[in-house]
Amino acid sequence: MSMPSLAQLPMSVARVPGVAIVLVVLSAIFALTSPGFASPANIANILTQSTILLLLALPMTVIIMTEGLDLSMGAVLTFASIVLAITVLASGSPVLGFFAALAVGSCFGLANGLLIAVLDIPPFITTLGTLGVAQGLSLLATDGQSVVGIPRSIENIYSGALAGIPLPVIIAAIAYCGTHALLYHTRFGTYVFALGGNREALKMAGISVRGVLIRAYVLGGLMAGFAALLMTARLNSAHPTAGIGMEFDAIAAVAVGGTSFERGNGWLLGTLLGVVAVGVLRNGLNLLAVRSSAQVACIGALVIIALFIDGLRAEP
Amino acid sequence: MLARPRLALSRDVAQAAYRLLAAALLCAMLAMLSDVFLTTSNIFNVLRQTSLLFLMASGLTLVILTAGLDLSVGANIGLSACLAATAIKGADSPMLGVATGIGCGALIGLANGILVTALRIPSFIATYGVMWMLAGMTYYYMAGDTIHGFPPGFRQLGSGYLLGVPMPVYVMLVFLLIGTLFAQRTTWGQQIYAIGANPVAARLSGVPVERRLILVYTVSGAMAGLASLIVLARINSAQGDIGEDLTLPAIAAVLVGGTSLFGGYGTVAGTLIGALILTLVLNGMNLLQINSSWQPLVTGVIILLAVWIDNRTRRIGE
Repeated sequence: MSMPSLAQLPMSVARVPGVAIVLVVLSAIFALTSPGFASPANIANILTQSTILLLLALPMTVIIMTEGLDLSMGAVLTFASIVLAITVLASGSPVLGFFAALAVGSCFGLANGLLIAVLDIPPFITTLGTLGVAQGLSLLATDGQSVVGIPRSIENIYSGALAGIPLPVIIAAIAYCGTHALLYHTRFGTYVFALGGNREALKMAGISVRGVLIRAYVLGGLMAGFAALLMTARLNSAHPTAGIGMEFDAIAAVAVGGTSFERGNGWLLGTLLGVVAVGVLRNGLNLLAVRSSAQVACIGALVIIALFIDGLRAEP
Repeated sequence: MLARPRLALSRDVAQAAYRLLAAALLCAMLAMLSDVFLTTSNIFNVLRQTSLLFLMASGLTLVILTAGLDLSVGANIGLSACLAATAIKGADSPMLGVATGIGCGALIGLANGILVTALRIPSFIATYGVMWMLAGMTYYYMAGDTIHGFPPGFRQLGSGYLLGVPMPVYVMLVFLLIGTLFAQRTTWGQQIYAIGANPVAARLSGVPVERRLILVYTVSGAMAGLASLIVLARINSAQGDIGEDLTLPAIAAVLVGGTSLFGGYGTVAGTLIGALILTLVLNGMNLLQINSSWQPLVTGVIILLAVWIDNRTRRIGE
């Protein structure tokens, strides 16, 4: 199973500069323009805030490598967070709430996977449809209001620390290692690499492309459920618009990280760096008191630039 | 150069007939369930809403005919409407406002076209990025403000009547005619079908694929700009989130109207029927006092159903 990662190695090396340069340039700009940026407290802050995004960006990388896309992640995260909050309030059990969130995420992931793999509906339109469904359910479940009054035990998941390391960072590290193992050291991962770029070859080798696709989208939904836990803990409430657009930050992180949208070449470490780059951009713009609306425009520009560079790389 | 086979034409007619039947059934159902449905004011309301949706969706139809997608139409309406509103109020000139709205929409479409062709970014991801950029720019520009109170002359465009029929209906019919003639009767229109059916074959047979793609995205943007003026004239105010809820219904209208997401198949007239069906569904939900939170959910399900049905029809066709 070392073959695919070995084969990817030269490509990875060639990509290091792109996303690393973006990260260094962004950090340098913000370190020079805002005095608080380079402080240890702020750096810890960036890392903690990036954890939710990483949980979405990891499966997004896998999905984009299958030449797919999941636009529903932000809305699914939001709905899972609402179900979590409502379950905790009704039952008093954070564990039950957590599993409810995971179940909601997995169900949406499974639905996406089935629609895409079995009914052959293109991924972007499938997940656009399920985005509408999840958003509608969120509004219906809450009537547009926040769900508040969640016990402190949930809040601690975001604000707590283990041996001095913030809990969200530990969760994100486990998620990263898990996804890395899945992508580089399992048969599923090998098929994902094979799927993007040469679907027909995989079919002819007698491998169930449908199975691979369905598992990729279920992974996406499941991780959105995990992210919902961190999001609910961070906000100490659930709100029907809390996660709207999160999938865009995730797609931005994957694109900046050098995973290609058309040929299915993926690079998980690039996604990690891409997530930090998006986190640095958001944090730096916050420190400069740039309005969140303008931040969205900046991230949009970042994606277009990253895709442009990706397009240039494909030229030869 | 690319005469469409007779068979396809009769399939078009049959599909349009099914869809009109579905629209008629919806009307009958709503007339039975609600006393308000058949009142003149509600019928005019449905027609105005259909016109708005059609104007957005007609340009989008051309994009989808090339097997592309434009996710930025709703956000385009937002920015175009806000800039047009500023021009109308600031310069006190409705004409300048109209030019600003359509011009801004067309420029956004042109940018989409360049991203898709010159930079070769897949259309759904390019227009998705542009969507968020536009949303950010609009919110930044408006900073939560509302611009309202436009001169009566301009408002005629959205809320006026001509011979007892709402003004937007005429705009819709004019663009139905232009769109249909363009798509079916001109070389450029036929080239758009050819690109959607088989881009490689189209290129090899001398179709300037890039230029036609830039054209369809620009047209889609310009139509969104025009739609923004109709919204503006109708609700008499501009806010940053004005077009946010319109993207999903516009895509749904095109797909329900029988245009294939995979390109090369569909008509502008079909999109009109799609816009009518979608408006009837959303209007019916309002009349039956169903919580408006159901609307994104229902629209999402309609999109999935429409593509699924298209998939099945194409398989049978093959």
